[in-house]
Amino acid sequence: MKIAVCIKRTPDSESRFRIAASSTAIDEAGLKFDIDDFASYAVEVALQLNEKQGPGETVAIAVGPDSVQETLRKAMSMGADRAVQLKTDAVPVDGLAVAKALAAELSAGGFDLVLFGKHAFDTAAGVVGTATAELMGIPCVTAATKLDIANGRGTARREIEGAAEIVEFALPAAVTIDEGIARPRYPSLKGIMAAKKKPLETKPAQLGPVRVRVKSMALPPERPAGRIIGEGAAAVPELVRLLQTEAKVL
Amino acid sequence: MAQVLVFAETRGTSPRKAGLEAVTAARQLADATGGGEVHAFVAGPPGVGGVAEVLGQHGADVVVIVEHAGMATSNREVVAATLAARAKVGSYRAVLLPFSAQGREVGPQVAAKLDAPIVSDATEIKAAGDTLVVTHPAYANKVIATLEVTAPLAVVSLRPSAIAAAASPRTARTETMAPAIDPSAAKVAVKEVIEGGRGKLDLGEAPVIVAGGRGLKAAENFRLLEDLAAAFGNAAVGATRAVTDDGWRPHSDQIGQTGRQVSPQLYVAAGISGAIQHLAGMRTSRTIVAINKDKEAPIFKVADYGIVGDVLEIVPALTAAVRDAKARH
Ligand SMILES: Cc1cc2nc3c(=O)[nH]c(=O)nc-3n(C[C@H](O)[C@H](O)[C@H](O)COP(=O)(O)OP(=O)(O)OC[C@H]3O[C@@H](n4cnc5c(N)ncnc54)[C@H](O)[C@@H]3O)c2cc1C
Ligand SMILES: Nc1ncnc2c1ncn2[C@@H]1O[C@H](COP(=O)(O)O)[C@@H](O)[C@H]1O
Repeated sequence: MKIAVCIKRTPDSESRFRIAASSTAIDEAGLKFDIDDFASYAVEVALQLNEKQGPGETVAIAVGPDSVQETLRKAMSMGADRAVQLKTDAVPVDGLAVAKALAAELSAGGFDLVLFGKHAFDTAAGVVGTATAELMGIPCVTAATKLDIANGRGTARREIEGAAEIVEFALPAAVTIDEGIARPRYPSLKGIMAAKKKPLETKPAQLGPVRVRVKSMALPPERPAGRIIGEGAAAVPELVRLLQTEAKVL
Repeated sequence: MAQVLVFAETRGTSPRKAGLEAVTAARQLADATGGGEVHAFVAGPPGVGGVAEVLGQHGADVVVIVEHAGMATSNREVVAATLAARAKVGSYRAVLLPFSAQGREVGPQVAAKLDAPIVSDATEIKAAGDTLVVTHPAYANKVIATLEVTAPLAVVSLRPSAIAAAASPRTARTETMAPAIDPSAAKVAVKEVIEGGRGKLDLGEAPVIVAGGRGLKAAENFRLLEDLAAAFGNAAVGATRAVTDDGWRPHSDQIGQTGRQVSPQLYVAAGISGAIQHLAGMRTSRTIVAINKDKEAPIFKVADYGIVGDVLEIVPALTAAVRDAKARH
């Protein structure tokens, strides 16, 4: 199968964040960047599908400035065959604008399957995948926790509130990937060496108009320091008293 | 005067809490921009129109009802196509919807169909002239972003529980509308719905969550948390990734950065260390209780009330005490 995986370059989610002096962005100094968590699961899903189903091609695509080339190389070191950078000066927070750039590229690509992360760590929006699919006019499954492809059709599972759904669709299709579906592999040394020679093409991104902008960013208020009220089951009556009289939740 | 269109999500023929919250948010936005009408949109199997009354109670002036037998299971493509068609005929300032499993699919589809910008997972919306100013927790809740959306029509999805449903009673006019596409022609077909358990409260809607970590030691000990949840009566059971990875609980129960993000009135963390990725999903809970045998566990830093000790001993004692307290109420 010909599979495209759209990946975003995001900071390591375990970082401690500070707000930049501009107060409209995080301070990137000292942060490590990588493929966003859910998109890294999507890369793994693509690689496993092509490994299982015989000859195919996995193409990693990112919209962004030249710093995304490192992220694309990472995907190729995991096993993607080639990569495309859709170049912009900066990635807007407007997910529909990004989706337009991706849809323009993907529509002409002849892909059987286009994979995304459920949402990117930084925007935490869950917009780009579903909007891209809609612009392309192909079926889209959002937040899949299982995905099987056979005979030009896909079956996926998605968790909904209090239940799960099993859905079916025809290819070509888009799927956004939730956690639990596959553990992303670590690139091997051989993979890292091979990635250096794999093709990485750069094209201008055809972003749509940018209509969502960051006005400001702030760190959330800290919770008041925690309090230990006692030890063992003996502390339970005091806890229940506090839940009733102070927190008023019981 | 801005009219606001809102997707009042239902389950079967009943309103969902997140849908009522969205109607409240729409009411507040309309009132803040000169008191335009709120048009609530419902779509589901025959009978779903019965929710019109409760939507009116929450501030809907008009309820647009789409009923079709083919919509017994949620059918996002039909909802998106019909909601977008409706948005085109009105003079709407915004389309609001819940950031639910269904809203995650419907929102971006509607935005793409209308070529309207979308902001997801908002906790607050304000209007300032031509722009909407939307608060959205980003970076796994570690950063609060304030976004500006500049467009005549914008789509905004709302984080469940962020805006409390509130009364603004009126008698809503009803209108009916046919689905914009035939439900049987949807590109993605729902073949099966696996219910998580009858009457099970969803993590996003439960006022109380009791969550367990690896400190529970074994899958079968989650029965202790089920008992505690039953004692509270309005509680759902959640878990850490360590637990869902080990298969003790399904992935759908996972709370945290890569699981569900929740904000209940009360969160009880039992045998949970409090890793930063777990905190990302629950630190905005109103009251946090932690039970852990290690007094240095990071969860105690965010817990309003901590008890140091063995969960297997403390949880049953808490269950009995909660049952007692409820009985005396
Ligand atoms: C990219 C990424 C994403 C992640 N996403 C998530 C996520 O969404 N959600 C999530 O939860 N985690 C997530 N994690 C994992 C996270 O880092 C932690 O590993 C996980 O939360 C730990 O789960 P735990 O608290 O159950 O287990 P542990 O960290 O092993 O803690 C168990 C706790 O139980 C206590 N304990 C043991 N026995 C008892 C007893 N008898 N009585 C009382 N206490 C006892 C111990 O003192 C300890 O504090 C993610 C990690 C990464 C790298
Ligand atoms: N700049 C980008 N380049 C390529 N893919 C992206 C980009 N932004 C988002 N995506 C994809 O869309 C998913 C959801 O992103 P978002 O809608 O921002 O939450 C990510 O997990 C990626 O798969």
